Amino acid sequence: MSNTAAPVLSVQNLRVSFDTQDGTVRAVDDISFDVYAGETICIVGESGSGKSVMAGSIMRLNNSSTATTEGKILVNGIDVLTASEEEVRGIRGSEVAMIFQDPMSALNPYFTIGKQIAEAYVVHHPGASKREVHDVVLAMMIKVGIPSPEKRIDEYPHQFSGGMRQRIVIAIALVNNPKILIADEPTTALDVTVQAQILDLMMSLQKEFGMTIILITHDLGVVAEVAQDVIVMYAGHIVEQSHVDALFHSPTHPYSWGLLGSVASYGANKRGDLYTISGSPPSLISLPAGCAFHPRCVHSKGSGNACMTVQPKLRDVGTDGSRSACHLTDDVLISIGRGSDRS
Amino acid sequence: MSSDVALQAVDLVKHFPTGSKGLLGRPDKSVRAVDGVSFTLRKGKTLGIVGESGCGKSTLARVVTRLIEPTSGNILLDGVDITKTSGKDLRNMRRQMQMIFQDPVSSLNPRHSVGQIIAMPLRVQGLLDEEHSNERVKELMKLVGLNPEHFNRYPHEFSGGQRQRIGIARSLALNPTVIVADEPVSALDVSVQAQILNLLERLQSDLGLSMIFIAHDLSVVRHIADDVAVMYLGKIVEIGPAEEVYASPAHPYTKALLSAVPIHDPSERGGPGRIRLQGDVPSPIDPPSGCRFRTRCWKATDLCGAVEPPLQAEASGRVVACHFPEETPVSIGKSPE
Repeated sequence: MSNTAAPVLSVQNLRVSFDTQDGTVRAVDDISFDVYAGETICIVGESGSGKSVMAGSIMRLNNSSTATTEGKILVNGIDVLTASEEEVRGIRGSEVAMIFQDPMSALNPYFTIGKQIAEAYVVHHPGASKREVHDVVLAMMIKVGIPSPEKRIDEYPHQFSGGMRQRIVIAIALVNNPKILIADEPTTALDVTVQAQILDLMMSLQKEFGMTIILITHDLGVVAEVAQDVIVMYAGHIVEQSHVDALFHSPTHPYSWGLLGSVASYGANKRGDLYTISGSPPSLISLPAGCAFHPRCVHSKGSGNACMTVQPKLRDVGTDGSRSACHLTDDVLISIGRGSDRS
Repeated sequence: MSSDVALQAVDLVKHFPTGSKGLLGRPDKSVRAVDGVSFTLRKGKTLGIVGESGCGKSTLARVVTRLIEPTSGNILLDGVDITKTSGKDLRNMRRQMQMIFQDPVSSLNPRHSVGQIIAMPLRVQGLLDEEHSNERVKELMKLVGLNPEHFNRYPHEFSGGQRQRIGIARSLALNPTVIVADEPVSALDVSVQAQILNLLERLQSDLGLSMIFIAHDLSVVRHIADDVAVMYLGKIVEIGPAEEVYASPAHPYTKALLSAVPIHDPSERGGPGRIRLQGDVPSPIDPPSGCRFRTRCWKATDLCGAVEPPLQAEASGRVVACHFPEETPVSIGKSPE
């Protein structure tokens, strides 16, 4: 991350909370990170870790009547959170585009897919002729690998399979050539053979368009396949930010150790207990004091009281650019992280 | 039948009628969800069944447990054919075979307390001893790692992983010999998945259970299964010991499926031999002639379209339904131990 160019996206001290009947849900709590041009960054975490809310904030998609957002999100020097609706509309689609988990609910069942791809293009090219729009849509369908596009341009979403629908959603997202593509669990609803097709497609389109990809996923296998940098989230915080090789070979946070250890890896030999993280993620309404992970952390007793009282800050650990939010000393984090037995 | 077989399925078929009404108002087509499936479940072992959505694995689970009736075929539970049983015999059969479901929310009645839910199988079977039922429930809750004090609570007061534990406790209430688990961990986060997988393995060895474990996640099946059956469009294309199938898949579909699983090691990214299947699974209403995988198979010839390959043992000892099975050299990749 020793990049001298300006980041294409800079998230600074982002906090998002939602008022509910039961109390305030602190979905994202003081998150900062930069994303540079052309990189693929994965945001990984379990349900409720705040990854989707964070992604929604970048496009300002969170419901403003219930969500309270603080901090800054700079895209092209514009703060998305304070910009006018008009400015945000200029960013959505042309600067930052998003694809979602469920391709069926992302598409409108009443319109042909040709019309839906065209709609995204026309918003940013109001003067485009019908002929031009038609050509752009066809070219896009070819790029995302939809067979016989001339015929299928007039078909409706239900006439496509899950994988094909996700290709259409990608076509809509990329039709304006955005600089940043946010993909929120884009392959979770797909079978593993189709997932492989879609990931391959995204990576080859990234090369062609030179865009930055922010991929949100809970699947560490997907992370290992595509990421350069990885952000691990837990209970609304970033607990670790590392290069993908560092994360898989020498992770520097107890939660990362647990997460990597609990995966039933396909390469691993059968049997033998999986390492487990005891308990379950905390409620975002009443987070534990101190480090949010401490009630589930086997190492929290070793470092005095700090884990229970002081929220650890994200800091550099070691020399390979890893950052970790943990009270354990650097030496301990590095030596346990490199060891085979992280439990 | 040898005594180490817990359950045997013989040529099971389940067709669901569908489509526009033909002559005499009968549906003229059918979804061939399960189309001639045979397997044996060894006593005390786990048979994993893997396949993509729509391959018929959940229908198979429901047919095997007779939650839905098979169109044809037989199911032998401990040597007894249970496909024709009814009434009291059927109820007795259900004591021996219980099911764990995918969704721990919809499979638990939100209006019943955990105690009532876990005791329900006993009640249905007329085995409920009011005096001792609470003890039995608490014993079961302890067995699956739940706090027995919580038997008066309701499902919504538990987390997803704990709810799945409730479902497991319920399935164990009748001391069954066979458990059919249909995607028992796919709704859970990985850290919780690991807890449930460990629990299932422990229960299996403690209680000597035989288990059919259905999942789309190949890594999970690899971890838990002794034998594995790979399904494609309503048929088993390959079956055998998990180590062998994973180390050197004999059917091209198995090979492609394993190859599509993301490897949890960034340094092996883009490694050699990754196979990318083109296209999607065809419709089970009108499956391809001959071998059903031939439309996506890179080895397919005219023979594959004309003749359906039977599931049979090859010279190598591998059981596979393919005209051109993959070579199975002595050691490939990680050698089986």
